[in-house]
Amino acid sequence: MSEGRLRLRVITPTRVVVEAHAETVTLPGALGELGILPGHTALLTTLRIGRLAYRSDGREHVLAVQNGFAEVAADVVTVLADVAELPSEIDLEAARADKAAAEAAIKTTGGKALDRQLSLLDAAVTRIAVASLR
Amino acid sequence: MPSQQDLRRRIRSVRSTQQLTRAMKMVYAAKLRRSQAAVLEARPYAAALDEVLRSLAGRTGAGRHPLLVERPEKNVTLVVVAGDKGLCGAFNSNILREARALLGGGRWETVDLVLVGRRGIDFFRRRGLGAVAIFADLMKGVTVAGAHEVARLLAGRFESGKTDAVYLLYNRFRSIMRQEVTLERLLPVERTQRAAAGGVAPLLEPSPQALLGAILPRYVEFQVLRSLLDSQAAEHAARMTAMDSASKNAAEMIDRLTLTYNRARQASITKELIEIVSGAQALAER
Repeated sequence: MSEGRLRLRVITPTRVVVEAHAETVTLPGALGELGILPGHTALLTTLRIGRLAYRSDGREHVLAVQNGFAEVAADVVTVLADVAELPSEIDLEAARADKAAAEAAIKTTGGKALDRQLSLLDAAVTRIAVASLR
Repeated sequence: MPSQQDLRRRIRSVRSTQQLTRAMKMVYAAKLRRSQAAVLEARPYAAALDEVLRSLAGRTGAGRHPLLVERPEKNVTLVVVAGDKGLCGAFNSNILREARALLGGGRWETVDLVLVGRRGIDFFRRRGLGAVAIFADLMKGVTVAGAHEVARLLAGRFESGKTDAVYLLYNRFRSIMRQEVTLERLLPVERTQRAAAGGVAPLLEPSPQALLGAILPRYVEFQVLRSLLDSQAAEHAARMTAMDSASKNAAEMIDRLTLTYNRARQASITKELIEIVSGAQALAER
């Protein structure tokens, strides 16, 4: 059943970000980093904020994704992310500013607001890391 | 018959109106193209989300979640999506007439209104009907964040039991010439009975409940986004068509006025000629 390749689709509510064939896909799964190879069993998982990496025709690609979920079925990987950005689309200045703002806010907030600031920080750090790979 | 000067003045005024409606038509044609593209770009997500939800529904048995709970529909929340501005034909009046009919129809015991778009807000305010929430500036530019805000409010009302069901009333974009007033139930989320066909039962991580908890709010939010985008495209289309027919009417009016003007001009020339000729004759007879 496997042709040795995966079909990867990364979709957000406003657009299709990636549609490609891939040899491997790495997802930021809810339970940790998740490597998908052709022939992977059917899977439905939530995603965290993090890096989505895939290798297509021997080249590595990365994206910054924020939350959502992914479905793996019959060598088709469908990623439904709230936000997904290619390295070239990330505004590095804005990400750095977000990071600084979140770091400052974390020192003064608590409870639910703290969770929110932590995930903002997480998103900013991921975006900076992905942007530096362009 | 109006004087020639009056006619000239009227022709000038109609022509400037026509320039305005023509310009507006072009502006809204461009806006329509953009919002149509947005509607199309949202489609793959819709299809994929549907599929994921279906494969999940098939696997988790009943799948209990607050957003799935069916209650007898006594108190419902009706979301009315109208536009911010007029000059778009029957776009707003169609939706508001339907909203009024639903309010008075006795289908539900009580109806709470959530209003999107200034036209709807003004309409119900004039009639002294209060709304539980209003969103005035949403339709200026539909965004994911805007849809998120509306969806959170609606899900909150539903989960807390304040309302038994949430319905969306909006103009669906069918074609440039056609908008269709559509009523859709947003909450509780329709449980798809048709499960994904066969295949291996997927692993569900971290747990079926957590997945459902992640997917359902997004599903609701996306449905809101989709209907807002649709309504936006429909509004632009309606305004473009309205401006197009206004331009055509203006052209017709200019033609008619020009004809009258020419007739008046001719009549005055004829009259002058008669006066000159009869004056000359009178002189010759002396």
